Amino acid sequence: MENFEPVIVAFCCHYCAYTAADMAGSQRLPYPSNVKIIRVPCSGQVDSLHIVKAFEKGADGVYVAGCLDGDCHFKNGNVKAAKRIAYVQKYLEEIGLESERLEMVNISAGMGHRFAEVASTITEKIRKLGPSPIKASASL
Amino acid sequence: MITAERKPLEELIEYIKPFKRILLLGCNECVTVCAAGGRKEVGMLASGLQMARLKSGTSVEIQQHTIERQCDPEYVEELASMIDGADAVLSMACGCGVQQIAMRYKDKPVFPALNTKFMGASERQGVWAERCQGCGDCLLGITGGICPISRCAKQLMNGPCGGSTTGKCEISEDVDCAWQLIWDRLKTLGLTERYLDIIPAKDWRTGGGSGPRKIIREDLAE
Repeated sequence: MENFEPVIVAFCCHYCAYTAADMAGSQRLPYPSNVKIIRVPCSGQVDSLHIVKAFEKGADGVYVAGCLDGDCHFKNGNVKAAKRIAYVQKYLEEIGLESERLEMVNISAGMGHRFAEVASTITEKIRKLGPSPIKASASL
Repeated sequence: MITAERKPLEELIEYIKPFKRILLLGCNECVTVCAAGGRKEVGMLASGLQMARLKSGTSVEIQQHTIERQCDPEYVEELASMIDGADAVLSMACGCGVQQIAMRYKDKPVFPALNTKFMGASERQGVWAERCQGCGDCLLGITGGICPISRCAKQLMNGPCGGSTTGKCEISEDVDCAWQLIWDRLKTLGLTERYLDIIPAKDWRTGGGSGPRKIIREDLAE
């Protein structure tokens, strides 16, 4: 378990979190390489199916990063995303996965520091939870 | 449309436990519109079932497919080769679709993935409400376009009852009193004198009281 390096998929909105990740990079802020970023046009565009598939394919954790409340480029995509996350969290529990493996976060384009901090916090949380039981069984 | 909701995953896992190859079958009609059994829901369920199986140390081969209508024999017929290659079918259609599959493929176990709920309309995104009980003798023409059969908890033909308070039904504050709605609508239409007509007791033979119902159109039936 000590050597466990989680695979974390981060769906990042182009208008905020993705730009924040860019900023974290230009500011030379370190964040764990465990986080695999997928750029999306809006957090509201991340479908339940994308999230579930990420877990099925072996992700140990997934988070969706959208704009701050009221700042969505498409009006309320981030609010819709948050509702969807809550729905998928319940589904994960039904499947037998810890709902903590999935999270919604809000980051503005200027928050490079917060991006790096969120990436580290979530990586640590997933590290403590341990490998996804799906991945462990699938590799047998 | 016919509305439905997915059954708890636990129940579905139990259904498919003995099988290795499952055909997970969606339907493109009503259950797609009410986000219960369309192509996307098929994908979600396939993933969920696969993960649940992997977690318990086994795996299952799930073929995903969605057809136009599971309640029509023409579309069901096309599934023959696919069903041949499966040990069991998990249908995400309403009860009509599940039965159509079971009737056509008699030697194949078929399980329902959904609980069929009611005939309803969309109130807003993600919310569906009951609007029709298929009573076979539509009253909407005399009740201002509001159905007392599907929307009144007592199915009163002449309401409201004493449980109607400030336009709400006594069963819940979230349920409108159908007869209040009928009265309001008759007023808007200037047809309040119609309210005074006593509607006779309903003949339930058209509503399933005489057993399973069937429609035969002589000009179309083969």
